Amino acid sequence: MLARIALLALGLLPAGLVAATKVHEFNLDNGLRLLVQEDHRAPVVVSQVWYKVGSSYEHDGITGASHVLEHMMFKGTEKVPTGEFSRRIAELGGRENAFTSRDYTAYFQTLERSRLETAFELEADRMRGLLLDPEEFAKEVRVVMEERRLRTEDSPTSLTYERFNATAFLTSPIRNPVIGWMDDLESLRVEDLQTWYRQWYAPNNATLVVVGDVDPEAVHALVQKHFGPLEPSVIVPPKPRPEIDQRGTRRLTVRLPAELPYLVMGYKVPVLGTAEESDDAYALEVLAGVLDGGNSARLARDLVRGSAIAASAGAGYSLHGRLPGLFLLDGTPANGHDVATLEQALRDQVRRLQEEPVTADELARIKAQVVAGKVYERDSVFYQAMQIGTLETVGLGWEQLDAYVERVNAVSPEQLQQAARKYFDDDTLTVAVLEPLPIVVETEEGSGQTDEIVEADETKEERSDAQ
Amino acid sequence: MLSKTQTLLRTLLAALALFMAAPLAAAPDIQEWTTPNGARVLFIAADALPMIDIQVVFDAGSARDGTRYGVAQLTSELLGEGAGTLDADAIAATFEGLGARFGYNAERDMAAVTLRSLTDPALLDPALELLETVLGQPTFPADALERLRGQMQIALQAEQQSPGALARKAFYRALYDDHPYGNPPNGTPASLAALTRDDVVAYFEQYYVARNALVAIVGDLDRAAAEAIAERVTSGLAAGEAAADLPPVPKLLVPISVHVDHPSAQTHIMVGQPGIRRGDPDYFALYLGNHSFGGSGLVSRLSQEVREERGLAYSVSSYFMPMRQAGPFQVLLQTRSDQAAEALALVDDNLQRYVAEGPTDEEFAFSRRNVTGGFPMRIDSNGKLVGYLGMIGFYGLPLDYLDRFIERIEAVDREQVAEALERRVDPARMVTVTVGPRNPRGG
Repeated sequence: MLARIALLALGLLPAGLVAATKVHEFNLDNGLRLLVQEDHRAPVVVSQVWYKVGSSYEHDGITGASHVLEHMMFKGTEKVPTGEFSRRIAELGGRENAFTSRDYTAYFQTLERSRLETAFELEADRMRGLLLDPEEFAKEVRVVMEERRLRTEDSPTSLTYERFNATAFLTSPIRNPVIGWMDDLESLRVEDLQTWYRQWYAPNNATLVVVGDVDPEAVHALVQKHFGPLEPSVIVPPKPRPEIDQRGTRRLTVRLPAELPYLVMGYKVPVLGTAEESDDAYALEVLAGVLDGGNSARLARDLVRGSAIAASAGAGYSLHGRLPGLFLLDGTPANGHDVATLEQALRDQVRRLQEEPVTADELARIKAQVVAGKVYERDSVFYQAMQIGTLETVGLGWEQLDAYVERVNAVSPEQLQQAARKYFDDDTLTVAVLEPLPIVVETEEGSGQTDEIVEADETKEERSDAQ
Repeated sequence: MLSKTQTLLRTLLAALALFMAAPLAAAPDIQEWTTPNGARVLFIAADALPMIDIQVVFDAGSARDGTRYGVAQLTSELLGEGAGTLDADAIAATFEGLGARFGYNAERDMAAVTLRSLTDPALLDPALELLETVLGQPTFPADALERLRGQMQIALQAEQQSPGALARKAFYRALYDDHPYGNPPNGTPASLAALTRDDVVAYFEQYYVARNALVAIVGDLDRAAAEAIAERVTSGLAAGEAAADLPPVPKLLVPISVHVDHPSAQTHIMVGQPGIRRGDPDYFALYLGNHSFGGSGLVSRLSQEVREERGLAYSVSSYFMPMRQAGPFQVLLQTRSDQAAEALALVDDNLQRYVAEGPTDEEFAFSRRNVTGGFPMRIDSNGKLVGYLGMIGFYGLPLDYLDRFIERIEAVDREQVAEALERRVDPARMVTVTVGPRNPRGG
């Protein structure tokens, strides 16, 4: 009863509560796009440079090049020697880093507001002036291989997901991992990065997003001063490379040393930019919420609690990708249940979405979270900039930020059911199962050893009792 | 025309201005009071967004497990599983239907219950009512306990396939032995199997009490409203007593090496020893000292030596994690297994030299500028502020902690850092944990 009253109240709130995003747009003559959002809560500013390049732009043989190039962007220009970029930002108390995804490579600094110009000076310099020294490259590509070992090679679920994704897609470039295949990293040369850098790093392939305690006109003047003189390039958009039709379920087994089994399934789905009907994309977004939008959503309620078949279960959809992707379902069975039972339970959940309309209560909960989430995300200047940058870089435009709440609010139970029927089709499904093998290290004696070896006697007597 | 000296002076002044101009993000005013049943409250009014963050923090982490390893975590996780007449589905559906975010977690020192909500009374009031019920009338349903027991067992299995988790586990065990910080927060197979509902109820009754609680509130409301909220969410708690002091952490008398065999591509390396308590008088000196060594990302000395110069690791860092009693000082890195011996030697050499010599003047000045210049970013969101309130309140730090943060950092000089490092870090008595396919020390 309590919840019902509140939901009614919430229905009256959204319009007034969520103020429209006010983004100031500037376009430099060289094609650089500048987007500024004011946030005067703290004397802090975040600056992010977003390039339209990422792993989905890469061709076979150079997978991971965008990400290695991101690492090399900290390795010096003619004016700023290697390591100096990070030093200068750190000296100002700033925080900086970069991230690469399928559709973008982005660089950011968070600074006290009076120090913003240094970020512009340094970013403008490395936008056109990167050195790409062969010795620095030789070291840094090894760092990236360590990153790959850390994130992927030594994680059974990551390795399974990587193979799953490469099976689900045959011709789309999103079949390749963002970090690249290890063998491609091994054969990557600094010349490949030279080519990649010249091809994509130019003001007319970049968006600069600034959010914080700033005056938009003043920011524009500083950006003009530092980025204005940069020459644009001829940017040739990547070839389309669409995914060919899938004609039947694909299944794979990944056998690895592991303790726990794992299941991941995905249906081919459009993204907002490619859906014939953009309503479909929002329906898929809400369907992900119905299944996995919190602890009251269906997977937690029915599979983790309820039948308790799953130790964990999730669903996911990326509304804002550049290329069509997957609607994902994944999970680990609870003790006493196997992967086949979990798969059946997840398929039953899909069938239920196709056969029964989602209840009004469930839909209201999702919408309540979306509306409140719009306020909560204002608590982070970084996150606000992230959203603007992503939407611009995948070609949707920052205006989608405000459309989001409205569009999610407009989704009806009928649309959800239709979308579930249209897209959750066994013929476009891929299913991967991680089948655990024993975790054993082969020692020289040939026997497996998984116990700990403690070299020093570690007894209580050897510790003093005083601090 | 200006003389050379004048020009120089001007440049110097300009440079100084740049570093001193950091217009001080004025630290927000922290208000403090105690609820009628004895819970301490810290509050910051922040009116820019129509939202509120509440943390109720109890001294109820795994350090209080005794021999019932895992009971702190199990108790924490059961809070969302039943309260008053509501089951887990109803609790989750109610919070989420209000757009509120409810959470709970237990670590070694603290167990926290958190709520983020919009301030509209139609949403906030029912969210607070439910929070009050969750804290005041938990039901700990038996079937939920069985399910969570199973999930904690699965989490233990998941550790066995994660070299990072195996390393952390071995590190804490070697560092703390039978001190309460050595308790495995997620239990052991045997301890989990033995936990009962009575254990959970007893744990809750002892530790989830007002005098063992700290309420942190940040949001768009005034003091009177905050007082009413603090009183309300704690009203169902017994007054109880604050948890007893934890025993001090014994110093290590000998170095300890632990190797765990694991068929991973990388060897995970952890090196460290018991470090410092929150509120330790050496805190700011050691914080700055560690900052130059391994606490400042790519520009730290460790990162330069291990990653930038040699390409041996993606991630290499060090830190002091101050806790109620001495939390760990630790160095952490991962490298391809055949490079582990080289990386370990680098860590040992650098640590030894750094502790003996301290930071260079340049490193020290650099770290100080980074820490003071970065201060505004520490407090630039409600989420960060409520985290600080929880920490300040839980550990009994002075309420001017944020106000005087920059001043305290600036009061430290290089010699103090060098002296504190030498006095407080002993490279001859380190715990060294390696997890990987072979023991880099040839064992």
